[in-house]
Amino acid sequence: MIEKKHIGHEFSPVTVPVEEGRLKFLAKALGMTQEIYTDPDAAEAAGLPGLLAPPTYPFVLEIDALELVDLVNLLGETLGKLLHGEENFTYHGPIYSGDEITVRKKITDIIDKKEGTLQFVISQTEFINQHDVKVAETLTNYVFRH
Amino acid sequence: MTVPTFESLKLGDDIPALKVPPVSRHTLALYCGASGDHNPIHVDLDYAKSAGLDDVIAHGMLSAGYLARMLTDWVPQSAIRSINNRFTAMTHIGDSVTCTGKVVEKFEKGNEKLVRLEMQAHTPEAQTIIAEAVIALE
Repeated sequence: MIEKKHIGHEFSPVTVPVEEGRLKFLAKALGMTQEIYTDPDAAEAAGLPGLLAPPTYPFVLEIDALELVDLVNLLGETLGKLLHGEENFTYHGPIYSGDEITVRKKITDIIDKKEGTLQFVISQTEFINQHDVKVAETLTNYVFRH
Repeated sequence: MTVPTFESLKLGDDIPALKVPPVSRHTLALYCGASGDHNPIHVDLDYAKSAGLDDVIAHGMLSAGYLARMLTDWVPQSAIRSINNRFTAMTHIGDSVTCTGKVVEKFEKGNEKLVRLEMQAHTPEAQTIIAEAVIALE
């Protein structure tokens, strides 16, 4: 069982550089073919400062800032018990290659379900760029099967 | 891309669906590396079996990425205000993933005209994600 003492835990903020090669790789993995996601020259021609990060990219930043195994270790659990329950994104601005995004994540709730055979660990994460603009927020529900 | 207008959309309208080829081990290997989600349950058969599964399973966020791609194929990404994804079933090797969405609400907030979409990703066997998005339109 995951202890409730972890509610309110804030992970140390981590600043992650948004790499062009990584965005291309992600676009390939998702089958995104629009040039603003894959071709830096086309992005520049479109007036963008870099490749545009796809909508689910904050999830990638979240993992780069904090490996899942670290989260699982903090909670005293194992990866094999973990399922992804929800991932919710709110957008305030774009993320481009060349940006530096600071990821601030905290555990906001731990909920027991089905007499503790399932536990939901809820986290909220803010993504703040190098201009001190909050560009996105996520809410994640990690499901642990006991 | 011809961007739809707020006025042109009606409740119940379907947005253009996205159908993705069957998920392969290669698909999952690429997404593992690209996303940074290195959980071995998605790429290592031995690990998946030790966790009680018959085979590796796809990353839920891969299908969430496909849902988002359906949106960016339809409107500019800057129009997307939020996307909520609830994962409801596993996606297996060989499953083709289909994403669909329809307009369920039109409303105004602040100075923006917004539409709410109900979306889902599904495989031939199951609905794998129930999702919702809010899109700003002119």
